[in-house]
Amino acid sequence: MIRAGNSPDSLLVIVPAYNEQGAIGGVVSAVHEHVPGVPVLVIDDCSGDDTIPNARQAGAEVLSLPHHLGLGGCVQAGYKLAYELGFQYVIRVDGDGQHDPRDIPRIFEKLKSSGCEMVIGSRFVGENGSRTGAVRSLGIRFFRLVLRPILGKPVHDPTSGFVGVNRRALDVFSRTFPLEYPEIETLVVLQRRRFRFEEVPCTMLPRTTGRSSITAVKSMYYMVHVLLGVFVNVLKFDRRRLRRPPGTGAGG
Amino acid sequence: MDHLLNVTTGLSIVLLIIVLVSVRRAHIRVEYSVSWLVAAGAMLVLSRARPVLDAVRRLAGLPDTPLTLFLLGGGVFLIMFFRFSVIISHLRDDNIALAQRVAILEYHLQHREP
Repeated sequence: MIRAGNSPDSLLVIVPAYNEQGAIGGVVSAVHEHVPGVPVLVIDDCSGDDTIPNARQAGAEVLSLPHHLGLGGCVQAGYKLAYELGFQYVIRVDGDGQHDPRDIPRIFEKLKSSGCEMVIGSRFVGENGSRTGAVRSLGIRFFRLVLRPILGKPVHDPTSGFVGVNRRALDVFSRTFPLEYPEIETLVVLQRRRFRFEEVPCTMLPRTTGRSSITAVKSMYYMVHVLLGVFVNVLKFDRRRLRRPPGTGAGG
Repeated sequence: MDHLLNVTTGLSIVLLIIVLVSVRRAHIRVEYSVSWLVAAGAMLVLSRARPVLDAVRRLAGLPDTPLTLFLLGGGVFLIMFFRFSVIISHLRDDNIALAQRVAILEYHLQHREP
């Protein structure tokens, strides 16, 4: 069983995975190679293939969901367990092998040194040679524009799932977390609680196995869904702030 | 007009029967069948009570009775769909929280020290 121990810097790497039997073993092994001694928790979203045995064989612990919850529910389950086990920091790495585990130490260092609640591994900070498709690139530009006034600072890679959080964010996310397409909405949730985020340059690798399920229709649905989620969160927190008596802090 | 009212009566009766049979076979829980029964009953009454329908039409300032029936039916079912969307959203949230809790408890059980 994974343990946080008494270290103030205890780190857990979580890997949400759904039918990633081809990539999951490599991802877990690469994490162990680049951050030795750090426990890896694969959250299996009820895969129908050999994701679980492959993850275990590579040395990961597995949290196995009883039925398919989608990305947000899957990631939140990992955050909940990490919070219960007492971890101070959690870094999420996707199970498809697109996140380079060599960047984990950089995210971890930034989390510790900056004291901010979330660190995003960004393709667009610095020159790292990462490439994105035209549609995704357009979507990212659009959300940058939308988020800039809401967050009060620019975010270069709002759709990146390569993120690290500290225990304060873990506390919030274990209680409330967007269930579909969580990356962008979590930024708004954090900002509305006066939490801070930073970005560090990271490399995104091409998929090694499987195929992306993103289609044009799904992209449109994603845009509408995320936009709605962003504005609902903005309104929700602004209404709470208006109702709260002065001098009671940000809270949540 | 009478033909439309008769069709509405027929559809309301069919809906009532389907809902009652579904409740009897436990395909729908009783608490979720009430909305359907009320909606089907209301449509049945309106389609058989022409003076009531005319009164509603005058009250709403609508030009003709079929449009009134159509708007009333549409309105009732929109409210029901909204109500069920709220119920489904709550159920989904509860379901996700339960599934996560089950997974975490299973994890703790598997790693319980003797």
